[in-house]
Amino acid sequence: MSLQRLMEEHIKSLREFANTFFKNKFGVIGVAILSVFVFMAIFAPQISPYNPMDVKSIGVGKPFSPPAWIKIFNKDIPDDLVFGIMGTDELGRDIFSQIVYGSRISLTVGFAASFTAVFIGTIIGLIAGYYGGIIDEVLMRFADILLIIPGLPLMIVLAAILGPSIRNIILVIGITSWPSIARIIRSQVLTVKEMKFVEFAKAAGCGDNYIIFKHILPNVMPLVYVNAAINIANAILIEAGLSFLGLGDPNNISWGMMLFFAEQYQALLRLAWWYIFPPGICILLVVLSFIFIGHALDEILNPRLRLRR
Amino acid sequence: MPHVVVISMVDEILKVINLKKYFTLRRGLLTSLIKREPPKVKAVDGVSFNVKRGEIFGLAGESGCGKTTTGRCILRLIEPTSGKIIFDGRDITNLSQGELKPLRKDMQIIFQDPYESLNPRMRVHDIIAEPLRIQRICKSRREEEEMVMKMLEEVELTPPEEFMNRLPHELSGGQRQRVAVARAFILKPKLIVADEPVSMLDISIRSEVLNVMLRERDTYGTSIIFITHDLSLARHICERIAIMYLGKIIEMGDVETILQEPKHPYTQALTAAVPIPDPDHKREIIPIKGEVPSALNPPSGCRFHPRCPYAKDTCGKIEPETITLEDGRLIACHLYTRK
Amino acid sequence: MPLLQVKNLKTYYQTARGYVKAVDGVNFQIEEGEVFGLAGESGCGKTTVALSIIRLLPPGGRIIDGEIIFNDRNILTMSEEDIRKIRWKKIAIVFQGAMNALNPVIKVGDQIVEAITTHENVSKEDAWKRTEKLFEMVGIDPSRAEDYPHEFSGGMKQRVMIAMALACNPQLLIADEPATALDVIVQAQILKLMRELQRKMNLSMMLITHDLSIIAETCNKVAIMYAGKIVEYADTKRIFREPQHPYTRGLINAFPSIRGPKRKLISIPGTPPDLLNPPSGCKFHPRCPYTNDKCKKIEPELKDIGERHYVACHMSW
Repeated sequence: MSLQRLMEEHIKSLREFANTFFKNKFGVIGVAILSVFVFMAIFAPQISPYNPMDVKSIGVGKPFSPPAWIKIFNKDIPDDLVFGIMGTDELGRDIFSQIVYGSRISLTVGFAASFTAVFIGTIIGLIAGYYGGIIDEVLMRFADILLIIPGLPLMIVLAAILGPSIRNIILVIGITSWPSIARIIRSQVLTVKEMKFVEFAKAAGCGDNYIIFKHILPNVMPLVYVNAAINIANAILIEAGLSFLGLGDPNNISWGMMLFFAEQYQALLRLAWWYIFPPGICILLVVLSFIFIGHALDEILNPRLRLRR
Repeated sequence: MPHVVVISMVDEILKVINLKKYFTLRRGLLTSLIKREPPKVKAVDGVSFNVKRGEIFGLAGESGCGKTTTGRCILRLIEPTSGKIIFDGRDITNLSQGELKPLRKDMQIIFQDPYESLNPRMRVHDIIAEPLRIQRICKSRREEEEMVMKMLEEVELTPPEEFMNRLPHELSGGQRQRVAVARAFILKPKLIVADEPVSMLDISIRSEVLNVMLRERDTYGTSIIFITHDLSLARHICERIAIMYLGKIIEMGDVETILQEPKHPYTQALTAAVPIPDPDHKREIIPIKGEVPSALNPPSGCRFHPRCPYAKDTCGKIEPETITLEDGRLIACHLYTRK
Repeated sequence: MPLLQVKNLKTYYQTARGYVKAVDGVNFQIEEGEVFGLAGESGCGKTTVALSIIRLLPPGGRIIDGEIIFNDRNILTMSEEDIRKIRWKKIAIVFQGAMNALNPVIKVGDQIVEAITTHENVSKEDAWKRTEKLFEMVGIDPSRAEDYPHEFSGGMKQRVMIAMALACNPQLLIADEPATALDVIVQAQILKLMRELQRKMNLSMMLITHDLSIIAETCNKVAIMYAGKIVEYADTKRIFREPQHPYTRGLINAFPSIRGPKRKLISIPGTPPDLLNPPSGCKFHPRCPYTNDKCKKIEPELKDIGERHYVACHMSW
């Protein structure tokens, strides 16, 4: 097949996939929500009126000012007591800017941590599943140990030891998430390994590497994609949780950290709902969007994974 | 003048000598401490036969008789426990996988399940070209493409251009099996093990796959070991046949001779049990007791003796030797062993 | 009066892409004491016919039209309560692969007892006694009723399923591929058992299978199904001696025989049709060697060509 036809084939299948994907309600909603936040993250400097990390953004409004639009409901509130789309925090910084810039952290951590976990998990799952025997035993015991240790305390300890930074958070989430992915991948590898087309390739004289990369991996990838999507949701939640507990990177603002400061400065007591709801809702929406996307992928990719008619 | 005896160059493509495959069952830690010998499933227990060049040799029997395991051992997809496999004059029993690789050009396999034997993510072109790629036969993509198209025409998946890019789930069961046939024959192998190649297909499409296989065999002179439980089918396809029971060959010879005049009591019961698509034909079923015992604890002496209507004392004590009868068949039964 | 009369049965399955016309106008009848064979390959609708008769269709299946007259009553218009009185007690079914449906953690005897007590008002002791008798009838040592399914071989499990089906003394037994998953010697034993039981109990039987050899040996009458319709219907001997429909001929030719002259195996070209979008006119026309224009447009009806031999084909006789 000429190169051109190969490209055509690839594009055609991508288009076909996109068609099927967008017929799926979950997929559409998930991608729609996600694109809002991705857009927000990419164009943060353009969208956000202030840069929350900039010292100049402190005190642009009075601390704990509600958003400006509540004037629609209560015309008597003086102008200097309200501010912006989402009000201000304890230092008088614009909350909307924090939300916009916070999306960058959440999405970055989500993608990077998930990528790390899925990468490690898939490789280990492949090796353990394919080679079996003592390699499998050792790797799975190792995974089991990590699975047994309670997740959140482990992450807290690791984050505390390694120190608060984005990179460390990504590492922590990656290290604690790979075992469950490895298990899932491993069981799929065990199934595919026994399939007759693998045996045929062996009968034709191929080696282990060929089988792993040409036969097993492609049949395991759909599972990887689905897991990756769900893992991103997980990673974002964990990052929010760790930041909320105060282990976040102080050089950056993330939604979890916003909740941390909100808690620290008693936003609840002050009834500063504009400080609490926006980050919470954003986390919810982004996590939901990935779960929907993962669900859509699962519905589309897995029927074909069932190798019988 | 001394006779000059010309020994023909190996007329047999395959010689299997006393092949055995025992599977050891896994046991828990305690059991392995208490008992010394782990239980073994004697799936193949001393099987010997030859396959001539270009011959279709049937390996038949009920489930659990060891025919599929034998087929796999021959191709070294499973490692034999003991015995010898001589392929094209060469002892391949103990070759390493690396040494075997070039020989694998000459031996291929066709599986029973049309849904599991093709990688669902690979296109027909790649599936059929796979053996070419693994053995690095072609020097250019164009050469490969031509060979694949030619095979598609030979197995009557035409027009070939239309089938090249299809995925397995876009093909019917019969079409998939024909892809499997194309894939097996593309290297023009000397021997193919066909493991129940049509038993999962609808009746009306079986012969199209079988006829394609036969045509390929005629074209390339490939020997086929045809593994099946369907004796009616074996009668039509095979030239010689070996009947297996519980890991042993109990009767072997020319297919018409064995199936029309079976001499071993098991073969007699088996052939009598095959239903005939003719309402006017009255069958005499030979009643034999019970069902096939487990290969974990096969009966002593002749494996068939507990169920055999002619069993004598010796049958339970001594295993019958395989002997050759006048009509050329081999049989393992005390009824025919001369003292 | 025949025991069972199926008139113009139409059962469709509703799927996301439209209606699958699994059974599209099927007519046949079974007399008392008769063994009726329903033959055809996978996807022809034979199992759906069986499920329609006892009204146990899977979700999405609907009986659109037709009548099923059993003992002078139309099954399709009965209430759910009434049909429950018929299931198992009058019409019993051995499903395909049923032997794998035995509950592995319950003793086999108890499973049959449960079947009996669910349908009849008998005490457990009486039901157990009946179970032991049933075991004897199907050739299993009654003491084995205390065993669990995994202690039985495939053939024995099938005997248990037959015992279970006969537990309430039905008038009609429907057996869907009763011997397919079994080795040939066990298969012969099971078929022999079924023939004996059928004679002893004067049972009427409907045997569903793709294996024409089994039909040749066991059935009095046979109907050949293709794509949801019956294409030929006659006494077994007549159909094998003088098959009229091209599909029947093709099918018979496709069965190799271990006895008799060796002949070339012929296949029917093409593939079974998509029941979502079946071909126009005669559903077999794309694969038929004798197709003409009429075949492509008009669907042939089952015609009586004499001696209770019915064929649905435009070829003139």
